[in-house]
Amino acid sequence: MVETENTSPPSVPPAEVEEVELYHATSFWTKYVFSQDAKIIAIQYSGVAIAIGFVALVLSSLIRLQLGFPEMFDFITPETYYQFVTMHGMIMVVYLLTALFLGGFGNYLIPLMIGARDMSFPYVNMLSFWIYFLAVLVLVGSFFVPGGPTGAGWTLYPPQAILSGTPGGKGLGIILMLVSLALFIVGFTMGGLNYVVTVLQGRTRGMTMMRLPLTVWGIFTATVLALLAFPALLVATVMMLFDRLLETSFFMPSLVEFGDQLSYGGGSPILFQHLFWFFGHPEVYIVALPAFGIVSDLISTHARKNIFGYRMMVWAIVGIGALSFIVWAHHMYVSGMHPYFGFFFATTTLIIAVPTALKVYNWILTLWNGNIHLNTPMLFSLGFIVTFLNGGLTGLFLGNVIVDIPLSDTMFVVAHFHMVMGVAPILVVFGAIYHWFPKISGRMLHEGLGKIHFWVTFVGSYLIFFPMHYIGLVGVPRRYPELGDAAFIPDSVATLNSFISLAAFTVGVAQILFLYNVFWSLRKGRPSGSNPWRATTLEWQTPHTPPAHGNFGPELPLVYRWPYDYSVPGAAEDFLAQNDPGSLDSGSST
Amino acid sequence: MGVALAIVIIVIGSVLFHLFSPWWWTPIATNWGFMDDMISLTFWITGIVYVVILLFVAYCVYKFQYREGRVAAYEPENTKLEIWLTVLTSVGVVALLAPGLFVWFQFVNVPEEATEVEVVGQQWFWSFRLPGADGKLGTADNRLISEDNILGINPNDPYGQDDIIIDGNDLHLAAGQPVKMLLRSVDVLHNFYVPEFRAKMDMVPGMITYFWMEPTRVGTYDVLCAELCGVGHGYMGGTVLIDTVEDYDLWISEQTTFAEMTTNTGIEFTNLVEDP
Repeated sequence: MVETENTSPPSVPPAEVEEVELYHATSFWTKYVFSQDAKIIAIQYSGVAIAIGFVALVLSSLIRLQLGFPEMFDFITPETYYQFVTMHGMIMVVYLLTALFLGGFGNYLIPLMIGARDMSFPYVNMLSFWIYFLAVLVLVGSFFVPGGPTGAGWTLYPPQAILSGTPGGKGLGIILMLVSLALFIVGFTMGGLNYVVTVLQGRTRGMTMMRLPLTVWGIFTATVLALLAFPALLVATVMMLFDRLLETSFFMPSLVEFGDQLSYGGGSPILFQHLFWFFGHPEVYIVALPAFGIVSDLISTHARKNIFGYRMMVWAIVGIGALSFIVWAHHMYVSGMHPYFGFFFATTTLIIAVPTALKVYNWILTLWNGNIHLNTPMLFSLGFIVTFLNGGLTGLFLGNVIVDIPLSDTMFVVAHFHMVMGVAPILVVFGAIYHWFPKISGRMLHEGLGKIHFWVTFVGSYLIFFPMHYIGLVGVPRRYPELGDAAFIPDSVATLNSFISLAAFTVGVAQILFLYNVFWSLRKGRPSGSNPWRATTLEWQTPHTPPAHGNFGPELPLVYRWPYDYSVPGAAEDFLAQNDPGSLDSGSST
Repeated sequence: MGVALAIVIIVIGSVLFHLFSPWWWTPIATNWGFMDDMISLTFWITGIVYVVILLFVAYCVYKFQYREGRVAAYEPENTKLEIWLTVLTSVGVVALLAPGLFVWFQFVNVPEEATEVEVVGQQWFWSFRLPGADGKLGTADNRLISEDNILGINPNDPYGQDDIIIDGNDLHLAAGQPVKMLLRSVDVLHNFYVPEFRAKMDMVPGMITYFWMEPTRVGTYDVLCAELCGVGHGYMGGTVLIDTVEDYDLWISEQTTFAEMTTNTGIEFTNLVEDP
């Protein structure tokens, strides 16, 4: 008999850790600004991440203005174009997605879902946010220094990142970028240690690891990855700062810049790439794993059916996380590294496709024989399946070294990674916000506006990125501000580019609808009650909505079952909450 | 119904777009047709998976959409099904990986008869060097670069004296003759990229990278830079021509060697650098 079955006798082991007295805020400042309550910190993290995310959205529109209508806008020069591209990429990957999934959703959901009153180290948790906030301020500051922000591409490859041929290379731009990244990593490490310790030590009685909702599994594993991967980036940023400021030569070989012999010598540009991607590839899964976890819970709840193959889902998350550390050089097939690396990294990369594919199968097998509510969280989840499947399959092109050779550094790559780690996780972010907004605010988001938001965002994004693959197939390189006059590029590519840009503007404008929905619903939304989706996990069982300080009232909940007891045969309702002792086993409960 | 229909439309639309897209790869000009075959194979396998899975999702959404009174099934696990899916997926992955690695093996093993051609990238133009009569390129180093020695060729290396230097002009290659492209950078990362060649590789200051190919189709091709190299990256163009052997021999007889260049400028290199 499997532990996950509802027929297992309700057993509640004794608490491993005694309850400790909570920190209680007394003033407005300690309650809402320098708060140590994970829920407030979560909202602060999310607010800042979404705000800076809108900056990245505006930057993407500027990129598309240039690509769709080249030479029409005088303020977009090659310099500014590269600055837009760089800042868009860096903000989206690090300052929006990482911060939002871990700092935002992690902080809000981990304590509530595992039945804890707060994070294990609330003070450090607060520091984590404020250092993140400082990192964002430094990043934003780089827009306003002479020379502007760095235009080195989000990968910041040396030598060009710190030389004068690149925007911000000799000014403050690259320095502020590196400082901001280092700050981000310091702040994240504080939060990350908290999330890991809280999941391992703070679970309420009965909440075994194999009864954790997949959301928690996803965020937990992603945090472990981040704690192991970010140090590589930290080292790289510090070394590059030294190269830039002290003229050390960690990444700088002897070179001649515009006729001048520079004093550098003996460093390795490829070493930076290894360090960057040793962080950079796990980073993809730092964004993807929380999305995997959250979408599993959304699909299960709104299809009223248990997640299919829970144990395999857990092991797939852990397995993907482990494998993600030995695939990094598939970003470097054309870097000039030793060609025999290609055999190893192509093999590991394609192996990772197996657990990933199993996750997709299990999501759709959860839909099978379900009772599917096509509300906004479910629609966004379906949108995720389509875009993630698409982006995952094009990953099989780029992961297979010989196929990558012709396609690398073309628009095919841009289309692939936007589909798989841009559009897909962001659709999950939206689905998650529609799903948990009632718990956070006590009010429902407007469903009609939400559906319009979904369809425009989903269909629009597909129309942006699906055709973009074919521009790459033609051979158009990425990071080109205009197509130029190469003979192999037909004029029709420019037409397609204009179309893609129009789709991008439409999607961009649709996000205003989302913001409007949030602000309108905060005041006028339909009151939700404590458990509007009739969900099983603990955050929906709190005595107050939004949950009060300490989350669960005087008594912590006891957990009797896994989080996916939907439509259990013989049960009175179509869901059994995790803290519901159940009426099936008449002998052992009451 | 609407949602299921939307998914079906996305599937059909994507397949039709793929079939009728006027945007397709350039006609190949080298021996790397295998790469095109691998892309086609990958399109087939991933395309079938994409269509099957999304149609299944559409069916589920249509068939199991919420109805008052419907009770969802309760089925936590199905080990047999999960094993089957794992095996099937693994077969698909092997079908892609095995031929891919086979071709990669050919790509990284340069044939003996390949002649060397050096491409040098700098912000933001290309230069080229051919081995000359002795068939060998002389050594070179960025530290030797000066106004009179733009590629940093070692003047004490006898192999370098007859090297042919092509500066500010087009590169010519002979059809049917395998070449090993040796890639070098003066300043930052670049990438020697000709879409019709399929093969490409970064050029990294401080090291020599390479790829090999056999030009097969006579013609004129655009060279682009494919690795971000600063503000001029999008404008770092060049031209390479694939000639018949006769045309190539004629062209090469008109080129200038390193020795001729240095003699013309009258600069004495003998004691400028130590032998490496």
